[in-house]
Amino acid sequence: MSLSLQDLTVRRDGCPTVDHVTLEVPAGSFVGLIGPNGAGKTTLMQAALGLIPAEGQSDLTALSPARRARRAAWLPQAREIAWPIPVEALVRLGRRADPDRRADAAAVAEAMAALDVTHLASRRATELSGGELARVLIARLLAQRTPLILADEPVAGLDPSHQFAVMELFARFARQGRTVIASIHDLALAARFCHRLVLMDRGRLVADGRPSEVLTPARLEQVFGVSGAFVPTPAGPVFVTLPPPPGSSVPVPPEP
Amino acid sequence: MRRDARLLGSLAALVAALALASLLTGPADAGLRAGIEALWTGEGPLGIVLREIRAPRTVLAIMVGASLGLSGAALQGYLRNPLAEPGLIGISASAALGAVVAIQAGVSALALGVPFAALGGALGGVALILGLAGRRAGGLGLILGGIAVSALAGALTALVLNLSPNPFAAYDIMFWTMGSLADRSWGHVLTAAPLMLAGWVALARAGRDLDALSLGEEAAASMGVNLARLRLLVVLGAAAAVGAATAVAGAIGFVGLVVPHLLRGAVGAMPSRLLPAAALGGAALVLAADVAVRLILPERDLKLGVMMALVGAPVFLHLIWRTQAGR
Repeated sequence: MSLSLQDLTVRRDGCPTVDHVTLEVPAGSFVGLIGPNGAGKTTLMQAALGLIPAEGQSDLTALSPARRARRAAWLPQAREIAWPIPVEALVRLGRRADPDRRADAAAVAEAMAALDVTHLASRRATELSGGELARVLIARLLAQRTPLILADEPVAGLDPSHQFAVMELFARFARQGRTVIASIHDLALAARFCHRLVLMDRGRLVADGRPSEVLTPARLEQVFGVSGAFVPTPAGPVFVTLPPPPGSSVPVPPEP
Repeated sequence: MRRDARLLGSLAALVAALALASLLTGPADAGLRAGIEALWTGEGPLGIVLREIRAPRTVLAIMVGASLGLSGAALQGYLRNPLAEPGLIGISASAALGAVVAIQAGVSALALGVPFAALGGALGGVALILGLAGRRAGGLGLILGGIAVSALAGALTALVLNLSPNPFAAYDIMFWTMGSLADRSWGHVLTAAPLMLAGWVALARAGRDLDALSLGEEAAASMGVNLARLRLLVVLGAAAAVGAATAVAGAIGFVGLVVPHLLRGAVGAMPSRLLPAAALGGAALVLAADVAVRLILPERDLKLGVMMALVGAPVFLHLIWRTQAGR
């Protein structure tokens, strides 16, 4: 399913944290949303979902909460769980918007298998490690079985093999015609798995395109204050982030 | 779920057994058979005692306990905090203020004057909290609003006592605030029932949304929970149930705090499954305490609220100790 944002603007105390963002995401894409801390990535996704008040238009804001929950699933950045609920019951919470109870068992089992948390099924969610809880919460996201997925830093805190697994899973969803938009800080992962990167800086959309088009040295230095390059490897080109080049205008941290 | 059915079944059986004990406990001693017979026929002095004194007292104990347990479980679920209890949002304190003003004004001579005044006080408290906590504010706004309302109602109650020219009224007020189910009539039951029922329905409807809220407000909203509606359901539901309970029984603490704690593990910590269990558990606890006050000091009218705090506080301490020790 596609997502269309027109002139989306979110103001906090008068200052725009998301500034006139227009974005078309066709069905079957895996979009990586990148940008430094405070660039407005989370706010953009919340506004797109209609979770916070915003000016401009998004496909999703016109829907009732229940109908939106069947079209789009959202993984917030905060990994909260208030009660010692067993893992399987937690994943099942993702099924609440779907009226079809017969699909529940299959959707829950499939989501737990995809995130490699089936063996944790009867463990209490409050007793899991941070990375395990993160995977369980992504499984909840998948159990919702929505055509559109928005995820805020889904791979933060995961070990490398599960980071790859989650990114590969999202890429597979895109191949199946679903749409995934995820904010990602690991530029190497984003460049490797996303078809398209959207770069935000200070609330604005500053670049949008294939990873090799977006991650140019000039933009990296200007937006992130780092440099980087695509390095050829036997497994194809791999993006690496590097310290800023000498003589750049980026402030250098003081010597300890 | 099957396991829940078994738990709810045994809690219901416990409530039924304690209700029977409550009917058969009192100064007019009756055997099991004579008691049931008198209750059935309603004949003779024993029949009147059972039907007009003990039956309403028993029914009220069940209603009050269920209201407190259910409200406690729902508020803990909504605030995502195991320390939440019905008194937290200021309803008990404002209901008490209404009753205190009524007693001071001499309304207690009217049969149901005090309960109705207490309901009025609870209503005022809810209006104030909803106004204070704002429309979009989350749980924290509700807690702070509740603390402010409790403090205000407490201060006004103290002021009434402070300026009371009538020592007997002050004495009445003191006893009323201790909480009791002694000498209650069917009139009390009928006064409390409609509001309590409305509160129970509202809280029961909040169950599924409370489950989703376990993942945080943002995740719950994205999963289709209407947070503003949920907040109204929980606040108004708890206010109706607890306001009515306080109006007829006075302030009874600890039930709403301890019962959800005791039963949470048995229902896999899921808020929606905790609601019915906490309602039955609350009913059982209040019934048991109300039987105990009659057995321990039959001559002295030991107050239910005092008894509950005496038992509840050590149980609560034990719970904290167990949690801290990692069970």
